[in-house]
Amino acid sequence: MSQLSLPWVAKDPAVYQTYRRTAIRNLLAGGIVHVVLALGIFGFFDLGSTAKVTNLKIAISIIGFLAPLAVGLALIAGGLGVLFYKQIGNTLKYGYTAASVFFGGVIGVCLLVWLHSLVFTLSKDMLASPQNGAEVVSLAIFDASLTAREIADYLSANLPRLSNPIVAYVLWPLQFELLRDLLAVGGIVGFVSVIPVFGIWWERKIAGRMQSRLGPMRVGGWHGWAQSPADGVKLLFKEDMIPPDADQALFKLAPYLTFVPPICAMIALPFAGAWVFRDLDVALLFILAMLGIEVVGVILAGWASNNKWSVYGAMREACQMVSYEIPMGMSLLIPVMTAGTLQLTAIADQQGGGFHTWFIFKNIWCFIAFFSYYIASLASCKRAPFDLPESESELVAGFHTEYSGFRWSLFFFGEYVAMFVVSGIAVILFLGGWKSPFPPGFALKTNGTWYVDFVVHVLNGVLFKEGPILFVLKSAFLYYVQLWIRWTLPRIRIDQVLYACVQVLLPLTMVILLGNTLWILGIEHMKIEWLGTIDSLIHKVLVLIGAVLVIGMIWIGYNGYSNRRKLVGSLVIDHLPGS
Amino acid sequence: MLEALAFYIFAAVTLVSAIGVVASRNIVRSAVCLLGTLGGVACLYFLLNANLLAAIQLIVYAGGTLILIVFGVMLTSKSPWVVFDPTRGQVVGAVIVSILLATGLCMLLVGNEWPAGTAMTASPHVKDVGTMLLTDYLVPFEAASVLLLVVMIGAAYLARPEK
Amino acid sequence: MLTIGLNHYLVLSAIVFSLGILCMVTKRNALGILIGVELVLNAANVNLVAFSRYQTGAADGHMFAVFVILLAAAEAAIGIAIFMNFYNTLQTIDVDRGDELRN
Repeated sequence: MSQLSLPWVAKDPAVYQTYRRTAIRNLLAGGIVHVVLALGIFGFFDLGSTAKVTNLKIAISIIGFLAPLAVGLALIAGGLGVLFYKQIGNTLKYGYTAASVFFGGVIGVCLLVWLHSLVFTLSKDMLASPQNGAEVVSLAIFDASLTAREIADYLSANLPRLSNPIVAYVLWPLQFELLRDLLAVGGIVGFVSVIPVFGIWWERKIAGRMQSRLGPMRVGGWHGWAQSPADGVKLLFKEDMIPPDADQALFKLAPYLTFVPPICAMIALPFAGAWVFRDLDVALLFILAMLGIEVVGVILAGWASNNKWSVYGAMREACQMVSYEIPMGMSLLIPVMTAGTLQLTAIADQQGGGFHTWFIFKNIWCFIAFFSYYIASLASCKRAPFDLPESESELVAGFHTEYSGFRWSLFFFGEYVAMFVVSGIAVILFLGGWKSPFPPGFALKTNGTWYVDFVVHVLNGVLFKEGPILFVLKSAFLYYVQLWIRWTLPRIRIDQVLYACVQVLLPLTMVILLGNTLWILGIEHMKIEWLGTIDSLIHKVLVLIGAVLVIGMIWIGYNGYSNRRKLVGSLVIDHLPGS
Repeated sequence: MLEALAFYIFAAVTLVSAIGVVASRNIVRSAVCLLGTLGGVACLYFLLNANLLAAIQLIVYAGGTLILIVFGVMLTSKSPWVVFDPTRGQVVGAVIVSILLATGLCMLLVGNEWPAGTAMTASPHVKDVGTMLLTDYLVPFEAASVLLLVVMIGAAYLARPEK
Repeated sequence: MLTIGLNHYLVLSAIVFSLGILCMVTKRNALGILIGVELVLNAANVNLVAFSRYQTGAADGHMFAVFVILLAAAEAAIGIAIFMNFYNTLQTIDVDRGDELRN
């Protein structure tokens, strides 16, 4: 196994100092940007929440907590990064141990966040319960409205299995909204940091398999799992280069303008019923706005680089984004019209009746809208075949030609998070969100033994009922389709991109928008009977098509897996899973 | 107290970036500062119980108009460093006039006694705003749609390639 | 100072309005003038929404603000199309050079 060439072991002290300075500066910048921007903006957008919580208090208290917390977290992150970098050469030799520790850590954090969310739902439930006499939930920051005794009473009345004074004391601090917010911000920022790292590794593996290669195999041991973290550490240590003729201030600002808005979109993106940072009543519009602002950063990056390839990339991005936002928004209007609300949690709640109640199968217009949205979202994330802004065969690297190191990696963070966000919107609006494909009554029963119960709860949470894991799985599937398309289709020309938008997609979405309007008018308001009959017939056909598609996809996957030896090159065979 | 702090922070963001818009000699930097002003005003809308309007502000202004302006800059400038400055006398005159305007407006507004009105308690629901748009404000709504059509045709006509 | 009322918003919007006027007067780049107009319209919108929040208690001000945002977008689109023609004719975007009709 080849060793990484580690700049850390540079013998020359001057070189060593340069590396260290770059790394520490980048880590500080990264940590501060992560924490300050995320926390600050998260705090501010508290103001628009629909929950009747004393929002302002929280916003302000978060601002107060910002400065020391940011510096502290940045220092901790810096220390950990240096430690990781020092250790990486050694630990990576024993790949399995490192991998298990890493994945164990990730899964542990996810479980912690999950547990916390469950507990928060419980505490909200308690505060809204009639014993407390108020429908208005006012969670306080500094004064507790519930005592531990009340919590214990509630537990013994409602959840006898958990009625334990220790549990009550553990639950007590969770009524503080501030604590919930800090944990939630930690969870979101952590999730946002993990998505690109594993998304990029996954993409490289998939690209490899699609081209009869292996993809990254060496770093970390098991299928090169540590390739992306190692790349990340490398990027932190690289020198940041700014062209002398570039507009320095804008050049430095642009990566952050690309990176922060997708994180802000996470404010309003629900992972499950209670798993949402702020349940805005204009959630969908807010997320679309944030995805739109991301473009400003890309355009500025291209402009500030003062390089003709960058400017070409930026101009392509500008005209592509501005034109594809229209069909994207109009396709999203169709499920919104069907649901009658812009609040994403409310939209997902209407699709809880199982596979056949998902909006994609609602009627023919929604079915078409799903595909037109998906195509437009590919263009808005600059994914192939619409990756004209960074097309490497024409424009070197498009808008990020002049970027290197840490700033360059921020663009990719932004892009991969945006890919997850658009997949998430598609899942919530069309594919039932965090609801399971099975009908509501379908769930495994517990039998009282604790380990059986645990397995049953996990299975119910993942597959049979509802929960964030289902949402992440569905989004990951759409994300996989994005990768699949990228490595299958060739890139199209810029005039074809605009033609496809203005002359194909836009008229199509207009027609389905009109169709859906008349459909709703006819069925729900004028109660035309024959239209209702046709509608239910179409609905059944669509459900059938959906089922056939799912079964076909599973069959293709199984077929590919069982014939994997024929599908890849001969060098690869020894490394295939299961060989 | 807390609302005041939030207001002052957002107001400071708005004002500082508005000053940046005016003071910057580079037009792209002005546009970036305009992004700060638009964001600050959107936050003020959140404070003023106008959630829908804040989202519209972000989506139309920041995501559409601003990009259009930067796009226009890219198409019409020969180099990022070409600036056309007004003469010193013009600047001094303009600053004096605008300071007078600001003080005059502020004195007028602060000195005025507004009649007691009813304060809004909660953000109006999106559904209510939509209903208003299609009942009380139907004529302006339709006029606006006609206007947009005219603008679309006009912009396409004006920007057509030379024969 | 600590209770925010209508006047706070009015003063803020008056200052932003004046800055917008200043921007329109001092910039010679046509797009700078457009940016100044956007500042002025934003100031007016803050006023409308603030009155809606503190005086009428209904969403009327929001309606006006929505139409103002819409008109601003339309104005920017037309404006930039005109400036493109201006640039194609005069090879510059400096508005003081567009004085051919003066004599």
